[in-house]
Amino acid sequence: MAELFSKKNLKLLSNPLNSSNPITVQVLGICSALAVTAQLKPAVVMSLSVVAVLALANVIISLLRNTIPNRIRIIVQLVVIAALVILVDQVLRAFVYDASKQLSVFVGLIITNCIIMGRLEAFALGNKPWPSFLDGLGNAAGYAWVLIVVGFFRELFGSGTLWGYQIIPDSWYIANGGFYENNGMMILPPMALVTVGVIIWVQRSKNPELVEENK
Amino acid sequence: MKALRNLIDNMKPSFEKGGKLHMFHSVFEGFETFLFNPDTTSKSGTHIHDHIDLKRTMSIVIMALIPATLFGMYNVGYQHFGAIGELAGQGFFDIFLFGFLKVLPIIIVSYGVGLGIEFAFAQMRGHEIQEGFLVSGILIPLVMPVDVPLWMVAVATAFAVIIGKEVFGGTGMNIWNPALIARAFLFFAYPSYMSGDSVWVNIGEGQKVVDGFSGATPMALAAAGKTDIDVWNAFIGLIPGSIGETSTLAILIGAVVLIATGIGSWKIMVSTVAGAMVTGLLLNAFAVNAYMALPAWEHLIIGGFAFGAVFMATDPVTASQTSRGKWIYGFLLGVLAIIIRVVNPAYPEGMMLAILLMNTFAPLIDHYVVQGNIKKRLKRASVNA
Repeated sequence: MAELFSKKNLKLLSNPLNSSNPITVQVLGICSALAVTAQLKPAVVMSLSVVAVLALANVIISLLRNTIPNRIRIIVQLVVIAALVILVDQVLRAFVYDASKQLSVFVGLIITNCIIMGRLEAFALGNKPWPSFLDGLGNAAGYAWVLIVVGFFRELFGSGTLWGYQIIPDSWYIANGGFYENNGMMILPPMALVTVGVIIWVQRSKNPELVEENK
Repeated sequence: MKALRNLIDNMKPSFEKGGKLHMFHSVFEGFETFLFNPDTTSKSGTHIHDHIDLKRTMSIVIMALIPATLFGMYNVGYQHFGAIGELAGQGFFDIFLFGFLKVLPIIIVSYGVGLGIEFAFAQMRGHEIQEGFLVSGILIPLVMPVDVPLWMVAVATAFAVIIGKEVFGGTGMNIWNPALIARAFLFFAYPSYMSGDSVWVNIGEGQKVVDGFSGATPMALAAAGKTDIDVWNAFIGLIPGSIGETSTLAILIGAVVLIATGIGSWKIMVSTVAGAMVTGLLLNAFAVNAYMALPAWEHLIIGGFAFGAVFMATDPVTASQTSRGKWIYGFLLGVLAIIIRVVNPAYPEGMMLAILLMNTFAPLIDHYVVQGNIKKRLKRASVNA
């Protein structure tokens, strides 16, 4: 048991949360991070979907790693990812139909998420199933927290709600005699990019290792 | 003067390294160089300095903006009293004072928020306070409608200074004109307060408007097909619009100041107008609706065209740097502004978006101009060899 949660294995889980975060450091998976974060709920559903797909795909590819012929490994990886994404899609449609409808094509596009293919190539092909599982979990969680933070701020300032519930009091709005107004730009993708940029900025000022040297 | 100098020299030691007020040294330096020309010299190599440093440059731009600002204040009052039908009973100074009191809070908020952030960043990063915001701080109120809520001005100014400028490294490093970033932010974030027919004229609480009052800008009317613009009033500036952009006359006075002092590039101004005229004439030739048939030169006096061409497009940081690049940059800017205005029904005014788009491409234009020059010279060298 101690073996399973050795320091090295825990690093696999914790590194992607911060110093090798797939979105803020490697800048992968940006497309879906901008597209599904206008509200908190789809961001959370998307995050959970990616956690499921990435962790399972990493384990499956790791189990198959010695039998996959090198020259067709990409297509094998794609088959595995696609099968898992279809499974996730069916589950979403069965249990959270509304969120699945909001996410529309982006669930299917998990197949093309660079983070997943990247982890399969870089990690699962060369490591045992357990570390691969942790690596998948860690990277997906690194992706997830950024999505959720972005979704939180975009929904709060863009719609005045969180998870669909009104947070900013109705009486604040100008229409009701107050002074406040929702920021329509937060709903647009450019502000998602700016929000991700601000997260990167904060992260780098807290973690100076990430800052490149001036040439 | 001598007494002031002595006062500053007496205060200086406590702001230097080791002094008890060292943490405020950039604030102190900011005020010292504001009052007196700095006497520091370069420490390496040979440099040629003249006395027109960034602070003097900014001061001249602000002087050039004074006519547009004062006229904007008068026009705010003029539009207000015109809308409620009390224009006849008001004297010149009553009208001006009304506008002054409406515009002043916007200017104070813009400067307060912007300079506050700049001071904070200068302290945090340990460098001097940069003067870039002196001009942006007055440009931001001038491109706002008079009825804009003050907290929106504050949010937009903060966004423009932090995201538009400081993340790129501060004054001189920004890609886009900060004042236009502020305006674009409001335009997309709170569109109902930045466009439409009801934001340009301050009516006042509980006031009744006269019959037939609409509040629409001449440009909105032209876009809707009513192209019979009162040319003289549009030129003088007695039309609804953003605070500082209505008077082409006041802006022209500013343009003369900028060109005479060499601060603003006449090449950009001329080529922007040329681009707009060419596009306007082309559209006239193929006119299929009333807006396309609007005489090309009338585009120059409505909306923010003149203000953008003189004060925004010529921003030395975000415009093209090379001489040939300036011609290309300005020309395309004029072309785009008129095309967005006339062809795209979603945006009533094209100047802001055209300038931001051309700001983006200015480094690319410069790159090709420089590369072209290098190629030409290389060719000449190899022929001689």
